[in-house]
Amino acid sequence: MRVLVDENKCCGAGQCVMIAPRVFDQRDDGIVILLDESPPKELHPAVREAACVCPGAAIVLEE
Amino acid sequence: MSSELISPLSMTRTCPYAPPAEHRRLREEAPIAKVKLPNGRTTWAVTKHEHIRAILSDPRFSSNRRDPGFPSLSREPPPASDLKKLLLELDPPEHGQARRTVLGEFTVQRTQALGPRIQQIVDQHIDAMLAGPRPVDLVQAFSLPVPSLVICELLGVPYADHEFFQTRSGTLVNQKSTAEEVARATGELMMYLGKLVAAKAQEPTDDLLGRQIAKQRETGEVDFGDLVAMAFLLLIAGHETTANMISLSTLVLLQQPEKLAALRQDPAKTLAAVEELLRYFTIAEQALGRVAREDVELGGVQIRAGEGVLLLANTGNRDPQVFENADELDLDRGSRNHLAFGFGPHQCLGQNLARLELQIVIDTLFRRIPELRSAVPVDELSFKTDATVYGIREFPVTW
Repeated sequence: MRVLVDENKCCGAGQCVMIAPRVFDQRDDGIVILLDESPPKELHPAVREAACVCPGAAIVLEE
Repeated sequence: MSSELISPLSMTRTCPYAPPAEHRRLREEAPIAKVKLPNGRTTWAVTKHEHIRAILSDPRFSSNRRDPGFPSLSREPPPASDLKKLLLELDPPEHGQARRTVLGEFTVQRTQALGPRIQQIVDQHIDAMLAGPRPVDLVQAFSLPVPSLVICELLGVPYADHEFFQTRSGTLVNQKSTAEEVARATGELMMYLGKLVAAKAQEPTDDLLGRQIAKQRETGEVDFGDLVAMAFLLLIAGHETTANMISLSTLVLLQQPEKLAALRQDPAKTLAAVEELLRYFTIAEQALGRVAREDVELGGVQIRAGEGVLLLANTGNRDPQVFENADELDLDRGSRNHLAFGFGPHQCLGQNLARLELQIVIDTLFRRIPELRSAVPVDELSFKTDATVYGIREFPVTW
């Protein structure tokens, strides 16, 4: 799995940080930080959920 | 379709926990249907989860509530307003820029840092309830003051003035309020917040409004209109939402004691339970509307430019294509794929604060008052069926 984030689409809801805190964080201004662009397998379900519920569709997965 | 065939949309519930049965029928038979609003205008009622998500993510739909096509459930026409547009009324690119100025105040990290103070506020209100007479109205003693204090401290609004702004924000979300009442409440709140922001510009304070002033100073002039509009939105949004979720969650957990018992045995489950309670009640669905900026085809329906869409997210959140046994409150479900905070770039800014408040409230209230129960039969409770945000008016409890 490869994770891509689009900072321009990010609306800072923080759902990804709540769901997969080892993969996503937020800058001080609320915009997403990608911590791990190829997360280990055990995190894949959480990363998929984060991508699904991202309100800005800012998380794209290549699987 | 002739206008005689368009049926009026009713928001009346037969069960206080469920959206109107009519909305479910719409979802099954005509998920994007033309309906007549109480003010006589027509709009599209949208009831399926996937369509609501699609519209809320689609920049061809505008959030401009002052557009004549924007669906309103109020009987009154919207007051002609020269007020600055609120964040929730803006479209891209202005919306993104405006949201980004305040986003940093609501990060997960900043929100979680408020946890100890929220816990303290919750405990103090429970102390006062335990020391006071029984029965007591949970709404006034607990559900309303807790989130009210939290948002006041975050914004830097003196809580001592809470009666003033609570009554006015109550008027603003009550759809029975006349246009005149809404205009007066808006004017009074704006005046109050204008004075507050001006005072903060004189003497800087370390709170959200104070920090916004400092930030604007760094880049140029302080825009008082912007700050007052922001304070207005955050103050109302912080009051009327979490407060109603606290009362409704308490009621439904008391009504389903086996679920409450399972939750109390394992507090690690509370966060998932909060997510499910948010889905189950979807209290702010009446605030979700859009107006088409251009012709859009969706789900086999042609929505014309200028037409409104009303997104019935409560029914969307009971969509069996997304949630198994969707009408059941399943505290272990833990799905975040719900529309209780809206969706798209306008999704609730304070959602993680709301989650944290509800988590602390649910963990603490039933632990500290294990004998808590409704002091009246549930069918005597009065629900806010005529409000933009659903809730319970008064909730007498005892223990």
